[in-house]
Amino acid sequence: MSDLLYSEVEEDLRASVRDLLTDQAGFTSVLARTESAEPYDLKLWRTLATDLGLAGLAVPESLGGQGASYREVAVVMEELGRSVAPVPFLGSAVLATSALLAAGDAELLPRLAGGELIGALAVPLTSAPGTGFPGGVEANTEGALSGAVRTVADASAADVLIVPAVGPDGPGLYVVEKAAATVTEAVSLDLTRRLADVSLDNAPSRLLASGTDAEAVLRQTLLVGAGLLASEQVGVAQWCLDETVAYLKQRYQFGRPVGSFQALKHRLADLYLEIVSARATARYAADALATGIDDVPVAVAVAASTCSTVALHAAEQAVQLHGGIGMTWEHPAHLYLKRAKSSELALGTPGRHRAALADLVNLPPA
Amino acid sequence: MSTLTADDLRARVADLLAAHPPASTERLEFLRARFDAGLAWVHYPAGLGGLDAPRELQNVVEAELAKAGAPDNNPRRIGIGLGMAAPTILRFGTEEQKKRYLRPLWTGEEVWCQLFSEPGAGSDLAALGTRAVQDGDSWVVNGQKVWTSVAHIARFAILVTRSNPDVPKHQGMTYFICDMTDPGVEVRPLRQLTGEAEFNEVFLSGVRIPDANRLGAVGEGWKVAQTTLMNERVAIGGNAIPREGGLIGMVSKTWRDRPELRTPELHDRLLKLWVEAEAARLAGTRLRQQLAVGAPGPEGSAMKLAFANLQQALTGLEIELSGEDGLRYDDWTLRRPEKVDMLGRGPGYRYLRAKGNSIEGGTSEVLRNIISERVLGLPSEPRVDKDVAWKDLPR
Repeated sequence: MSDLLYSEVEEDLRASVRDLLTDQAGFTSVLARTESAEPYDLKLWRTLATDLGLAGLAVPESLGGQGASYREVAVVMEELGRSVAPVPFLGSAVLATSALLAAGDAELLPRLAGGELIGALAVPLTSAPGTGFPGGVEANTEGALSGAVRTVADASAADVLIVPAVGPDGPGLYVVEKAAATVTEAVSLDLTRRLADVSLDNAPSRLLASGTDAEAVLRQTLLVGAGLLASEQVGVAQWCLDETVAYLKQRYQFGRPVGSFQALKHRLADLYLEIVSARATARYAADALATGIDDVPVAVAVAASTCSTVALHAAEQAVQLHGGIGMTWEHPAHLYLKRAKSSELALGTPGRHRAALADLVNLPPA
Repeated sequence: MSTLTADDLRARVADLLAAHPPASTERLEFLRARFDAGLAWVHYPAGLGGLDAPRELQNVVEAELAKAGAPDNNPRRIGIGLGMAAPTILRFGTEEQKKRYLRPLWTGEEVWCQLFSEPGAGSDLAALGTRAVQDGDSWVVNGQKVWTSVAHIARFAILVTRSNPDVPKHQGMTYFICDMTDPGVEVRPLRQLTGEAEFNEVFLSGVRIPDANRLGAVGEGWKVAQTTLMNERVAIGGNAIPREGGLIGMVSKTWRDRPELRTPELHDRLLKLWVEAEAARLAGTRLRQQLAVGAPGPEGSAMKLAFANLQQALTGLEIELSGEDGLRYDDWTLRRPEKVDMLGRGPGYRYLRAKGNSIEGGTSEVLRNIISERVLGLPSEPRVDKDVAWKDLPR
């Protein structure tokens, strides 16, 4: 059976990431940045990616990474979820990096892993693992790409884009310099994870993988993304629970701490129970991705559908149980609600993951 | 704790099997030998069925014995003894009591039941009123208990009583081992909504219990009962199961075998519950891994709550997925089963029986209070009964 606990190394990693985020990604600075001209905190990103080496955690040392595994990346994702820090970790360190890793690229991967460049995977963030290869971008015989992709995560912070496109010989994955594309920042529901629309007009590219290889790389990348996003969602949910419990202990109404009312205690106990389950599924998915067992698709579908739902429920409860203050812009709860609702759609909705599961575990539709 | 390894235990199992080949050894004789070899529950002390070994090594023993076709002690039939009485006796019993009771408890020669709940004290267990009055070197007990599983086949019971009505309710309780064959113990079947009488009412009229059968100090019954109850919650839903183990496997199989019963709405619910069952299974695995490294997490209290939620949702779905058979019931005759047979009965039975999962062993409401107060640290509701003598409480 997989190891579902956190190792000592992982706990040390968590502590150092949390220290850094507490120091540099406090709520007021995160909130202030959402309304500034620089929505990404690239100074924090450089510290995470370069100084701590977190951009290439799961990348082998021979390719410029740390030679750890997706288990450690998952721990970082949990902490990033707790802080909703505005850094392009999902787009670059998870999606673009795992695409390059799966494609066996030795050229660009070390530069992403080292934090020298930021990457993004040019698919709509709603893309679920196992759905068809996207057809929005076409490659011509010279490998120049034309077309458009909407709602790409972290594209506006990126230096390079990994673009799935269909060429004369079928599907392919291509590397495009950001400068060769038109990237238009979208107004995102999630203020701390930005989306952008990408359009390409005869953009020069480098072929990364083609044919069934390209399809396999994309499928694997989206599995990794969905599996690790589950850990981020656990972090979001845990923050919401912790913060709400703390608030209910100090908020008095009707002459008692609000947290002493059974009606509210039972809701928080249920939420705790959900998070216990969610954490187990997220750990299993991270471990499955790290060890590459055959059960990865099931593990990811279970984790993604569970953690999406739990994170959203936690965020919705956090807003409700904070009362009026939970509805205000100044209180952090809304950033978590926006992250949770966006993440529910990201890399496959719970329903899509369950539909995938129906196939995987032989429970065919009616 | 000893430094025994999995290989050490395999060697000990091999020795046991060599000395007592299961094929030619009488069942009870084999079980007694297994207990004496310290292979009953390896984490128990040496001489009491164990070897002071890490708890998770029990799995090694079970696997080896199963491979050899050795008989087991029918653990579901004696679940109350194994799960509740034994850990309580181990912690609070005298050396004499441990020696006397643990071996026949484990082999199943003596079945145990639990005389805790009363008509007026269920979730509020500390309100119980069964009186124990000291008389020389014994106690005289009068009162009524209820919801007592397997009392009709039990030889012994763990019993909580009110020994002092003049102090607040948590302080005036005393805990005993009660011999169910003693004069004054009367067991009556209590028929439940499934039609069977798995539970009993137990009437205690002038039952004399020797002081030597007391567990823990006089007046400390609540503390002893806490140990029993904590173990009860760990026992429920704490077993390692494979994916699709239990009810979810049964429902999934029906779905695969009976395409004519499928509807889109049922498909949606089935998949949600499949995910929920798998998540609960993984959370249980994670809990056991925490226990194994000696870092028990607070997840334990959540698992029983999760189990009840899941069982009830699944059994409800199963009836709907049974088509016209969902309208039928397998057997309403009054039976007195020795154990709960969830998988051996029909969907209607399972649906009805699962309603007890959120009541027995602590209601889901009480468990939510425990989680919110002891795990999340939320303040308790104002208590009106805390400093009032038991005799002055309204009831």
